[in-house]
Amino acid sequence: MTPKSRLHIPQPSARPGDAPDFSYLALSEAGAVARPDSDTPASQIENLASDLVRVLDDNGMAQGEWVPDLTTDQLLEALRLMLLTRQFDARMQRAQRQGKISFYMQSLGEEAISIAQGMALEPGDMMFPSYRNQGLFIMRGTSLVDLMCQCLSNTRDMCKGRQMPIMYHNKQANLFSVSGNLATQYPHAVGWAMASAIKGEDHIASAWVGDGSTAEADFHYALTFAAVYQAPVILNVVNNQWAISTFQGFAGGERRSFAARGLGLGIPGVRVDGNDLLAIYAVTQWAAERARQGGGPTLIEHVTYRGGAHSTSDDPSRYRPKDEWEAFPLGDPVKRLKQHLVNAGHWSDEQHTALEEELKAFVNEAWKEAVTYGTMTEGPRLDVRVMFDDVYAEVPPHLERQRQQLLALRGLSE
Amino acid sequence: MSQMNMIQAVRSALDVMMDKDPTVIILGQDVGYFGGVFRCTDGLQEKYGEHRVIDAPIAEGGIIGSAIGIGVNGLRPVAEIQFADYIYPGLDQIISELARLRYRSGGEFFSPVTIRAPCGGGIRGGQTHSQSPEALFTHLSGIKTVMPSNPYDAKGLLISAIESDDPVVFFEPKRIYNGPFDGDPNKPAVSWSKHPGGEVPEDYYSIPLGKAAVVEEGDELSIITYGTMVHVAKAAVHKAGISADIIDVRSLVPLDVETLKQSVEKTGRCLITHEASRFGGYGAELVATVQEECFWSLQAPIERVAGWETPYPHAFEWDYFPAQDRIIASIHKIMEAV
Repeated sequence: MTPKSRLHIPQPSARPGDAPDFSYLALSEAGAVARPDSDTPASQIENLASDLVRVLDDNGMAQGEWVPDLTTDQLLEALRLMLLTRQFDARMQRAQRQGKISFYMQSLGEEAISIAQGMALEPGDMMFPSYRNQGLFIMRGTSLVDLMCQCLSNTRDMCKGRQMPIMYHNKQANLFSVSGNLATQYPHAVGWAMASAIKGEDHIASAWVGDGSTAEADFHYALTFAAVYQAPVILNVVNNQWAISTFQGFAGGERRSFAARGLGLGIPGVRVDGNDLLAIYAVTQWAAERARQGGGPTLIEHVTYRGGAHSTSDDPSRYRPKDEWEAFPLGDPVKRLKQHLVNAGHWSDEQHTALEEELKAFVNEAWKEAVTYGTMTEGPRLDVRVMFDDVYAEVPPHLERQRQQLLALRGLSE
Repeated sequence: MSQMNMIQAVRSALDVMMDKDPTVIILGQDVGYFGGVFRCTDGLQEKYGEHRVIDAPIAEGGIIGSAIGIGVNGLRPVAEIQFADYIYPGLDQIISELARLRYRSGGEFFSPVTIRAPCGGGIRGGQTHSQSPEALFTHLSGIKTVMPSNPYDAKGLLISAIESDDPVVFFEPKRIYNGPFDGDPNKPAVSWSKHPGGEVPEDYYSIPLGKAAVVEEGDELSIITYGTMVHVAKAAVHKAGISADIIDVRSLVPLDVETLKQSVEKTGRCLITHEASRFGGYGAELVATVQEECFWSLQAPIERVAGWETPYPHAFEWDYFPAQDRIIASIHKIMEAV
């Protein structure tokens, strides 16, 4: 036989009905990866892009050089924020099923990333979230009522009824507007970071995309610009293994890690256990320190698993095993942090259950308040006049004319 | 007052604004050390430094995407796209992000990016250096689209574009960078030095966006146009021996409907011309606007003279370009209509 070229079609390790198989994931033992100084040249730490930085071992014990300096109170707060995010998601998922909101996306299984990174960054650092970073909004203090009202497109909607659910923003808290177009926020973060350096400030930027979106041109533009100008930015790839039904191999993840994407540009890549709050915090702190001292960008790949459906419009049982998450070797980030705190004697099952109940009640209270500002089916409703605002800084004559046309049609006065 | 060509006028606008406002920065390919392939940024890096006049990688999507982030962080970026023909990799960033950021964030975020791009034909640039893609941008809500036809307007409009908190796509017809062009490539080149539009104050001044200019007044016909075609239309009107209003819309969005309306109500006849190809071109919007506003004043069907619906051809440039002969033929057609 003469050798022939052939087309390789990536295949996931398991489909519905198959036993889950994560043998493709390269894992390191907790504590096994050395922590270099944050000013180490990128060429000397390329191992970080293929090894996996882990702190919490399978028994919930913190191991090795990456153990971060976090107090018990901080860890308890992190656990509370993860649980709050999960309770919020559960309530909003239910609201969608009840027909109260049109759409929702949970972050189930990925909560540690937003919470740990939010805690590791400074309030003045600018965040460019993807659509599964609701934890960032929650940890930076956005009120749940505000988040809910955005999903409800009601009279208190921060987006004034212009965006489908989950496209939040919080300017005061330095959280950029979430876009439904994927990876577009990556070059924004690099530009923001460039401006920070131009102005001589020490604020850094951070952006998030999923494994699937790394295939977008914007991902590559951002990496190039970040490398060229050594912009103070942290670029995160949340590798949750699945982009709707497309497994990460279709984004090119089969042969090299996503963290390795920056190596050709001289951007250090760090592959981290994305379900290990301590490891994520430590790696983010390392990258932030590097950026703030002029060391430029870092690409962090968070190895995690999308515990739920892509969105409320998706049914993952059609393309992946139902029990895949349970078999995921890096577990559940909430359970792992809980176990760590219980081991240390700072937490108990009883306290955990009580906190869950407390947060559930807190979320339900917020929901009760949010719906008083209106739902898709019940008033009060947004004033349709706002539809014509904010297209431009000032309403131009042609839009004012269209607003008047609509008001006349609706029998409303000016 | 000094005499400037359009390149010098653009550079003067950038210089004035960089001097006046320390947040103005320039980003683009070859704009820094070299001063731009058309020299529009010549000397600016030397004057304002490498942190304010920044050479960029060859990635238009990256230039526009990072400019958006730079703008969100309080600076006022002017991005240069070397040729309008190369703007397309940045379209997702323009359409999905830049144009809609203010709207989608309930008015909280915005990015005051100005995108400069040399456009248009007449320079033997073939299909990759001759396009007039302005209609693509006028279709977007949230972007302003501008195209000057002379150095004075170029400076005043560019200053307004940079000062605007709205994103502006600013097209510079490169055929008239060095002098007005009447559509006849066989005539010797003319410079801006003898043209009133080449008289440009050295200091700050601005021309508001959204105001058309009546560049010549007449009473038999209204010609509505912009960019290079302003000069072609003027020459055609003189040759045809008629009395026409020639209106340079200058700002395609927002459009100065009132000026168009006043003119067509006066003349009762209207011809619209642009370099870009006809179908779905900006002229279609002008025709619809004039029809809506002035139907009962019209004495003849509105005529459109535009590029043929082919890609911009290299060898057939002067068959493609909507030159005086085609405009004159349409003028006759309109004037002969009952």
